[in-house]
Amino acid sequence: MSSPSAPPPTPSPPSPMKEAGARSTTRLGDRIFSGLSKGSGIALLVIMAAIAVFLAIRAGIAIAADEGNFLTTFEWDANADPPRFGIAVLLFGTVVSSVIAMVLAVPVAVGIALFISHYAPRRLATPLAYVVDLLAAVPSIVYGLWGALYLVPRMTGPFQWLDDVLGWTGVFAYDGTPARSLMTVGLLLAVMILPIITSVTREVFLQTPKANQEAALALGATRWEVIRMTVLPFGRSGVISASMLGLGRALGETMAVATVLSPSFLINASLLESGGGTFAQNIASQFKEAGSMGRDALIASGLVLFLLTLLVNGAARLIIARRKEYSGANA
Amino acid sequence: MAKRIDVSALTAYYGAHKAIDGITLHVEPASVTAFIGPSGCGKSTFLRTLNRMHEVTPGGRVEGKVLLDNEDLYGQGVDPVSVRRTVGMVFQRPNPFPTMSIYDNVAAGLKLNGIKYRRSELDDIVEKNLRGANLWNEVKDRLGRPGSGLSGGQQQRLCIARATAVEPDVLLMDEPCSALDPISTLAIEDLIDKLKTEYTIVIVTHNMQQAARVSDRTAFFNLAAIGEPGRLIEVDATEKIFSNPSVQATEDYISGRFG
Ligand SMILES: Nc1ncnc2c1ncn2[C@@H]1O[C@H](COP(=O)(O)OP(=O)(O)O)[C@@H](O)[C@H]1O
Ligand SMILES: [Mg+2]
Repeated sequence: MSSPSAPPPTPSPPSPMKEAGARSTTRLGDRIFSGLSKGSGIALLVIMAAIAVFLAIRAGIAIAADEGNFLTTFEWDANADPPRFGIAVLLFGTVVSSVIAMVLAVPVAVGIALFISHYAPRRLATPLAYVVDLLAAVPSIVYGLWGALYLVPRMTGPFQWLDDVLGWTGVFAYDGTPARSLMTVGLLLAVMILPIITSVTREVFLQTPKANQEAALALGATRWEVIRMTVLPFGRSGVISASMLGLGRALGETMAVATVLSPSFLINASLLESGGGTFAQNIASQFKEAGSMGRDALIASGLVLFLLTLLVNGAARLIIARRKEYSGANA
Repeated sequence: MAKRIDVSALTAYYGAHKAIDGITLHVEPASVTAFIGPSGCGKSTFLRTLNRMHEVTPGGRVEGKVLLDNEDLYGQGVDPVSVRRTVGMVFQRPNPFPTMSIYDNVAAGLKLNGIKYRRSELDDIVEKNLRGANLWNEVKDRLGRPGSGLSGGQQQRLCIARATAVEPDVLLMDEPCSALDPISTLAIEDLIDKLKTEYTIVIVTHNMQQAARVSDRTAFFNLAAIGEPGRLIEVDATEKIFSNPSVQATEDYISGRFG
């Protein structure tokens, strides 16, 4: 922040703190670096603010014009006059499909990560880790095509079985129509977020201090007990962060969901039957045909997705911060 | 219950590298035996063969016998996990579990052997072992705080309490004071003196005065050259080793002429 014409710092009695401060303003390299980092920090804030303002203004226009209730209307007629639209179905579909994805993906990812980090012999662990990383590089439209062409027809059997066993709950009722449902979407999302959760989790597990694992072994712990005593608690916040990364991807996933889901503006009590929608899928499906009001309405829904993602991240940070002292970071 | 250790013709490898060769040694129950010798002569390796921790290292392999009161630790069908429950270990760097409170650190080993303790029983065991480790008065008001918040010396005493809580027969210590200041070192030495009535203690140390102060018997290890396996040179009463050793190399090492 100091201007080039600022007088050179006057020599002051030697105080280590002052010294460091004085130097950072005099040395050219430091000044450039501090300018650069300050600049990019400010640029980031400006971009964020610009996005937020843009979304808020356009969303505000749409919500003001909405004839229905923006939160509760089961309808999306944003191009009609007067426009009627509401996000209830999208919020439900987004949250439900992402929750399904998390419930399926997190345990599997933690299992694979543990296997790679603590069970598999190195000859197997290295290629396995590589394959998992490779899965993360598959474009989401490819996942979408795989989901629509491979997964959907193969879900009929398992869904039928679920209906036989748990159909009475209503949530798992199945009518035998093509399985372009939130459950299939959730399963596909689980596959898509598996690699990122696995690889982040694996890295965290690998960082468990050897000294602690040996301490557990020397107490007479079995391999599984070593994992339960040291690896899992140590990796806890990492697993949460990894899951949030995955959840962020699941919440915002567009093409794969749009390719698989057969959308409708109804909430179906059964997760196995088609219908419903997600924020990102709805934006992708409707954007082309949308007029000016239609676009603003989609932006409004996008803003809700944005808030939802912020909320989820905030919650994750809270969980991690609550037990920071025990995280092992200060070991 | 302190137990006697009889090691015969013990050789340990890291992959193809032979780290120690043909060690035969007896350790009396309820006594302190110190291992001394230059760096790399295999003291830690040998110590870790006594509770089957050596084989945890990739490529770690052992030949020979270790008898604990006549039971071969390397016998057929012996579970290394149960060996480690009877032979406890304290490491060079204090390593309390950072994710656990002081209380849970001490109780950690008790949760392993499948026995369910009542809370009051656990409380008693934790208190007894923290007292045993001369740490109780310093931590009794913050048992729920993380163990990693203690000083290095306190952490090491916490590790000793954790090791004694499972009531092992033998306590192995690998340079337990090398990361500690002199005051904490003295505290640990006092503790060792107290513990030896109940446990057979084997301690590796680089500090001659420490070996002389705490041990009843001292074993001197050496290696012929870098890359050669370490060997036991001699083992005798500590006074004898420090006043009148039978091997010249021991005298040279103790008097600081090498190592
Ligand atoms: N994890 C390991 N892998 C391979 N070699 C090792 C390992 N640990 C120790 N060694 C080797 O074994 C020998 C003995 O080491 P160590 O038992 O640590 O000696 P000390 O404790 O007496 O300093 C050394 O030559 C050392 O290089
Ligand atoms: Mg050593």
